Amino acid sequence: MGQEALIDLLREKLGAAVRDVSVSLGDDVVVLDPGSVRPALAALREKPFDYAVLLDMTCVDYAAGEGRFELVYHLYSLSRNVRLRLKASVPAGDPAVASLTGLWKNADWLEREIFDMFGVRFDGHPDLKRLLTYEGFEGHPLRKSYPWRLAQPRIPMKDDV
Amino acid sequence: MSGLDFVTTRLETALGWGRKFSLFHYPFITACCGMEYMSAACAHFDIDRFGAGLTRFSPRQADLLLVVGTITHKLAPVLRTVYDQMLEPKWVIAFGACTVSGGIYQNYAVVQGIDRIIPVDVYIPGCPPRPEMVLDGLLKLQDKIQHQKQDWRWARKP
Repeated sequence: MGQEALIDLLREKLGAAVRDVSVSLGDDVVVLDPGSVRPALAALREKPFDYAVLLDMTCVDYAAGEGRFELVYHLYSLSRNVRLRLKASVPAGDPAVASLTGLWKNADWLEREIFDMFGVRFDGHPDLKRLLTYEGFEGHPLRKSYPWRLAQPRIPMKDDV
Repeated sequence: MSGLDFVTTRLETALGWGRKFSLFHYPFITACCGMEYMSAACAHFDIDRFGAGLTRFSPRQADLLLVVGTITHKLAPVLRTVYDQMLEPKWVIAFGACTVSGGIYQNYAVVQGIDRIIPVDVYIPGCPPRPEMVLDGLLKLQDKIQHQKQDWRWARKP
């Protein structure tokens, strides 16, 4: 089955959950409804799509607008040697999305990193805590609302010159 | 008394000479400057020529702390502890732009110069510094050691 036919099949399977489909630099980009991220990726993991690898998962803060945080998933199919990018926007107030830890083990730390940096909650994550920053760190440093250059030292520092 | 003064001065010189040519260094390496440190430490540039060839991997056996690479706020307490574990007399070289001033990073994560945590004797700027600059920094530190007031076990404390 060709890639175009698979995208059509994806639309058919997920229905209204697929908001947009486009092609960027030769790879398909699918914009999803945030509520259906988990079932959509579960379907994509199985045949005939066969996207067996979760290459990367990241987040973008667009600072304004309804869907402020945009989650970006990168999938890769070993059997067909194609990549797929999925995007889902979540609102600023209480950004939350379903966890993928049940589908891919590596989603664990990827989701912890996003939680740490952007404060997006992942429902169903077994141990959602900070990954990169330290205990006692307040806020989420990659949010656009995080004060520029605000450091949170753990030990006393001499002041800035 | 004048004879004793003469001996004291000679002892200072001897101590300085001994200390500057037997710098046991502890490499605190966190980032890409480590490559340049390896280059400076190995055969091509060879800091052993200046008596600083003995790398100790315990701060308790070292008297020169080489801080090489970016120091983050997460790592700052570790660096402070390593410095505190070293015995007197001890010296610190800030190796590379990140340790000198935070380098290209000015954000939530990076300490803006390790002199905000521990005292620094010699700053070697550069991103990364050439091994020649490292050797120059080492010679400057040796010069500093030779000419500083030497502290020793039975020295009279003011």
